[in-house]
Amino acid sequence: MTMTHTAQRRQGVGEAGASATPTRKRRRPPSSRAAAALFAAPLVIYLLVFYAFPLYRNIDLSLHDYTLRAFVQGNAKFVGMDNYLAVFSSNTFGTALANTALFTAVSLVFQYVLGLGLAVFFRSSFRLSGVLRGLFLIPWLLPLIVSASAWSWMLNSDNGIVNSALVALGMEPLNWLTSPGLALTSVIIANIWLGIPFNLVILYSGLQNIPRDYYEAAALDGASSWQQFRSITFPLLRPVTAITLLLGLVYTLKVVDIIWIMTSGGPGDTSTTFATWSYREAFGTGTPDFSPAATVGNLLILIALAFGLLYLGIQKNQEES
Amino acid sequence: MTTTRSWWKTGLGLFFTALMLFPVYWIVNVSLTKTSDLRKSPPNLLPLNPTLEGYTAALGQQLPHLTTSLILGVATVILTLVIAAPAGYAMSLLKLPGRNSLGFILLVAQMIPAVVMAMGFYAIYLRLGMLNTLPGLVLANSTVAVPFAVLLFRAFMSGIPLELLQAAKLDGAGVWRTFTMIVLPISRNSILTVSLFAFLWSWSDFIFASTLNRSGDLIPITLGIYKYIGNNTTQWNAIMATAVIASIPAAVLLVIAQRYVAAGVTAGAVKD
Repeated sequence: MTMTHTAQRRQGVGEAGASATPTRKRRRPPSSRAAAALFAAPLVIYLLVFYAFPLYRNIDLSLHDYTLRAFVQGNAKFVGMDNYLAVFSSNTFGTALANTALFTAVSLVFQYVLGLGLAVFFRSSFRLSGVLRGLFLIPWLLPLIVSASAWSWMLNSDNGIVNSALVALGMEPLNWLTSPGLALTSVIIANIWLGIPFNLVILYSGLQNIPRDYYEAAALDGASSWQQFRSITFPLLRPVTAITLLLGLVYTLKVVDIIWIMTSGGPGDTSTTFATWSYREAFGTGTPDFSPAATVGNLLILIALAFGLLYLGIQKNQEES
Repeated sequence: MTTTRSWWKTGLGLFFTALMLFPVYWIVNVSLTKTSDLRKSPPNLLPLNPTLEGYTAALGQQLPHLTTSLILGVATVILTLVIAAPAGYAMSLLKLPGRNSLGFILLVAQMIPAVVMAMGFYAIYLRLGMLNTLPGLVLANSTVAVPFAVLLFRAFMSGIPLELLQAAKLDGAGVWRTFTMIVLPISRNSILTVSLFAFLWSWSDFIFASTLNRSGDLIPITLGIYKYIGNNTTQWNAIMATAVIASIPAAVLLVIAQRYVAAGVTAGAVKD
């Protein structure tokens, strides 16, 4: 962690230095520009071929009527915005929109609140605090398929540990993954669990940047822990909070694996989000429907980009202030 | 006073950690359960009669997939480093014209959902006959890591003192020699962080594998587990044993490289 911090601090210095000496930049020999271009060339080519082109193909897919046959032969009919209209008027659209909003919002709130609570808890160093904080990273590092299958088995209706616990407590077992009312809740619970480590790490390192003196001064003035949290920690953490939530939002919008493995978006559409809808249309059934899949995917990009640009704007503001 | 307080906190910390890691414990527990005990209600909370049935079954069927994942991971790391390190150098120390726009594009690139990329790749690979090939999967996996890697390298390399480069120049070193003899060795930690994440992301990938490599002969472990779940839902001990084995790289990396993990998570997210 020290490394990045130094790196970032240095980066700030480097950038300030560069902008302060524009004259020197102009006088640089052309040969060094050429060298810079050569070193960056693989990346630029890479971005064009492996980012720009797939994205272009995706837009192309959404504007044509691609069946698998047309896909191979390359003679799909141009249909303009028809795919978009079809997606908007589809029965799944409203459900997927509501599910995406719920999945994202509820996941973010809980991940953030739990992550922040844990970050504050781990901030006061105690015996084993470093080790335990390290262990908290595990869920984040596990392959998603591992976590998702673990949750599937834990929430299994007949043999799951969760239902066993409910029965032991004298409650009715629940069909976590197979009842329309609970499937979305189940995938949200699993996703909150997955996101806690990320929030903990970022918020913890944000807390490290708040000077200890503030707390010492507040303690001298007799401020309680809660008052210290309300008037020091939370306000000073606001920039980090904004970044954490927006990054989390962009990540959460993209989630396919966990939902797909646990419920496949079902039963019905009850746990379908935009990302899993798109995945299902293209790859989830026997007959791939690439045009609607690409259309939903493009909508998802637009939503992610809107929030992504907001994130960049906030970050830029912070750098300037 | 302080010691009692800190022990109380350690206790609470242990409790939180246990709660958080319960699903992980459960994977291990189920992986050691006899097939006949899997449907027991309530399930065994402790693996008192551990069996390696699950592991034998898992290794018998999944070993080739583990090898495939390993190859994919290493290849993804190499491709990512080859593209990202020089680009980071160009964007920081060589002051590439247009570096800020390029940085912006890379940030935006990280926001594109993998499922969208998968469709684009599918369309392209179908034509080129690259579906179900490992190079195709490596290229797709690298798209997750490359933007992150370039930004990390740029941030770190910007901090290398210019005096060092000028000294190299005086000694007659060109940009290439400066890059390989000075910049790369100094950037060792960044290289490690990038390699770690590129490997883990490739190792954990499910979306690209399940779309671009659906009917390949060589499938990675994630797809192996997924097909396992689909085929024999009765053998959850074998599925969980595979899951344990598939988590080993993550566990090893966490133990030997925790600070690089933390560095990677915070990179770009926190500005101070």
